[in-house]
Amino acid sequence: MLEKVLPADGDRRIVVALAGNPNAGKTTLFNVITGLRQKVANYPGVTVERKEGHWKFAGDEVETLVIDLPGLYSLDATSTDEVIARDVIQGGMPGLPKPDIVVVVADASNLERNLYLVTQLSEFRVPVVVALTMLDIAAKQDLVINSAKLAELLGIPVVPVNVKQKIGLKELRKAVLKSAFAVGAGNDRIPATLKDESIHLSLSGDAGANAVIFERYRFISDVYQQVVQAGAHSEHPTFSEKIDRVLTHKFFGLLILVSVLLVVFQAIFSWATLPMDLLDVGFGSFGSYVGSSLPPGILTDLLVDGVIAGVGAVLIFLPQILLLFLFISILEDSGYMARAAFLLDKLMSRFGLHGKAFLPLMSSFACAIPGIMATRTIENKRDRLATILIAPFMSCSARLPVYALMIAAFFSGQSIFGFISLGAVLMLAMYSLGIAVAVLAAFVFKKTILKSPPPPFVMELPPYRLPNLRTVLQNMLSRSWLFIKRAGTIILLISMLLWGLMYFPRAASISHASPESQSAFQLEQSFAGSLGKTLEPVIEPLGFDWKIGVAIVASFAAREVLVSTLSIIYNVGDEGNEESPSLINAIRNSKRADGSKVWTPLTALSLMVFFVLAMQCMSTLAIVRRETNSWSWVIFMFGYMTVLAYCASFLTYQGGKILGFT
Amino acid sequence: MKPINPVRAAANLAELETGMTAVVKQVKGKGPVAKRLMEMGIVPGVKVRVVKSAPFGDPIELRVRGFSLALRISEARKVEIMEKAV
Repeated sequence: MLEKVLPADGDRRIVVALAGNPNAGKTTLFNVITGLRQKVANYPGVTVERKEGHWKFAGDEVETLVIDLPGLYSLDATSTDEVIARDVIQGGMPGLPKPDIVVVVADASNLERNLYLVTQLSEFRVPVVVALTMLDIAAKQDLVINSAKLAELLGIPVVPVNVKQKIGLKELRKAVLKSAFAVGAGNDRIPATLKDESIHLSLSGDAGANAVIFERYRFISDVYQQVVQAGAHSEHPTFSEKIDRVLTHKFFGLLILVSVLLVVFQAIFSWATLPMDLLDVGFGSFGSYVGSSLPPGILTDLLVDGVIAGVGAVLIFLPQILLLFLFISILEDSGYMARAAFLLDKLMSRFGLHGKAFLPLMSSFACAIPGIMATRTIENKRDRLATILIAPFMSCSARLPVYALMIAAFFSGQSIFGFISLGAVLMLAMYSLGIAVAVLAAFVFKKTILKSPPPPFVMELPPYRLPNLRTVLQNMLSRSWLFIKRAGTIILLISMLLWGLMYFPRAASISHASPESQSAFQLEQSFAGSLGKTLEPVIEPLGFDWKIGVAIVASFAAREVLVSTLSIIYNVGDEGNEESPSLINAIRNSKRADGSKVWTPLTALSLMVFFVLAMQCMSTLAIVRRETNSWSWVIFMFGYMTVLAYCASFLTYQGGKILGFT
Repeated sequence: MKPINPVRAAANLAELETGMTAVVKQVKGKGPVAKRLMEMGIVPGVKVRVVKSAPFGDPIELRVRGFSLALRISEARKVEIMEKAV
């Protein structure tokens, strides 16, 4: 039977586009039929994931390329996802062949709305095959679906599949090949009702478009009634509705949300510490091993201090990023993420943000990079940009060592009212300052440069499902891989550049000098040192001298590099960390030419404020470039954050002096 | 046996009390919001039940065509419902 429709030789290659509503089981089907033969990239100019894979099938020799389209409710081109899906199906996407066939995944437990996309797709001039999923869930809801009748009424093949148990995949393959190679397919598939010319004639304008939507649903309701038999229990509350009585409860829902977030952040902050320390030690010893086994010279120094130390400083955040993406994937795949957005939308919309912005912003407390990558769930471009622009104000974990060093050096052991530790209060104040500025900035952006009517919130609350392990892992790994790729390219380049700034020009070596004072001397002589000295008049009103200027320049690699740079400048060697007594003493005792102390508690406070607000992170900028696909947003972000940081530090230092603090 | 849903008269979905069911008369207005609502199946004649509202009273959750849909009060106002019972 099948052999008859296949061409005897030659053109045995087909392209399949995989479409479907979000949560219809499309990704699971794609993963199962393509296995690990997948390629994940982005469509040009947008951050919509472009996934392709090969569907190998024992028993036929047809080379089958599968393009996984983004999850869609409709093809009317109102969102970026829809525009892209439409372009791909019509063959208008550069670099992608026009699909020979569209497989549309339809969720049987939610058939009416899923049939909307099916109906719309069958109006295109391309063969369509329906893969009917979730029949087991439909059965639990006491719905019996006659798929043969459905195929007959729609005029297109309908194949019931159960992806987890691998049922129906063979039949799906046969149906796909048959339709793809059938002569003249796709020309006459439009449902009878929608062929009515009067509707399409009135297509112009909203009223016409809405009339078409109405007609499609009239057709669907008619089909649905003939195909689905609803049993006595079909109107009973579903499993998800029962769970939601608790999870989106006005009081318990919020309580549970807070607990979930607590677990996520506990994991990111404490469980990730061990692998992060291991990576830190690993990069350190790898660096010394390379340093000792290669002949001394510029290349060795570049490799050890530039490449390994620089990239290592960024890659130690990988455990946090992996963990965060693991949680995000689980929350998304289980259906909980939509509930979190539902619970928090009112709160977030007061600041002009979408409910979905909450999680990316919370994630940014660990690291702005995964946070910014997580904004992909926000459909509206302006909402997404507003979230990206404020995400770095959340105090990330790289700022912690900076705060900790400043507090340990100048505010330790002090308390307010005798029992509240001043350090804890300051720490909290820094986090709060970041949040307050972020909220304010979002508000201003949404009123000015990102002004737009509030985007529709209209959002499905998908049924709860046990997350699919494979989908979750694949999600987590592909997103983390993007981060590693960044570290390997742009971050590597900037690390080498920063290294060069501190390494050149070479200072003459001083005889009898300790290695510590030699490297401090080198740093002073270097371009970075000159840069610090050039910057000194600018940063002097903030209470900073050129040495702090050098440390600020160097911390562009990653904020916590401030600590190690200060160790080098103050001659305490590379081993200085935020708890190192020698570094703390060196900072406390450092003096200016006139004998006055460089650092006062006020200087420390000013520096902390600067670090809360300044865009001191090349990795974040690299990710923003990637996610916005524009250098202008990168420059804007760097600019406005630096200006804000400068002004806030200025106010802190000068205001503090006026108020009589030192 | 189908459970009986109490129904009361209301002009639009935002005014419909939690737990009540109504029949959609029309989706007012133009633009992406009205279109998205219709694409999700909120078209004249369809039955809609208000399941609950979020902790701060907004957004609300609807049950329509066998699935759950969240939307803001401002969006629910665009959906006119029949004055009469289901």
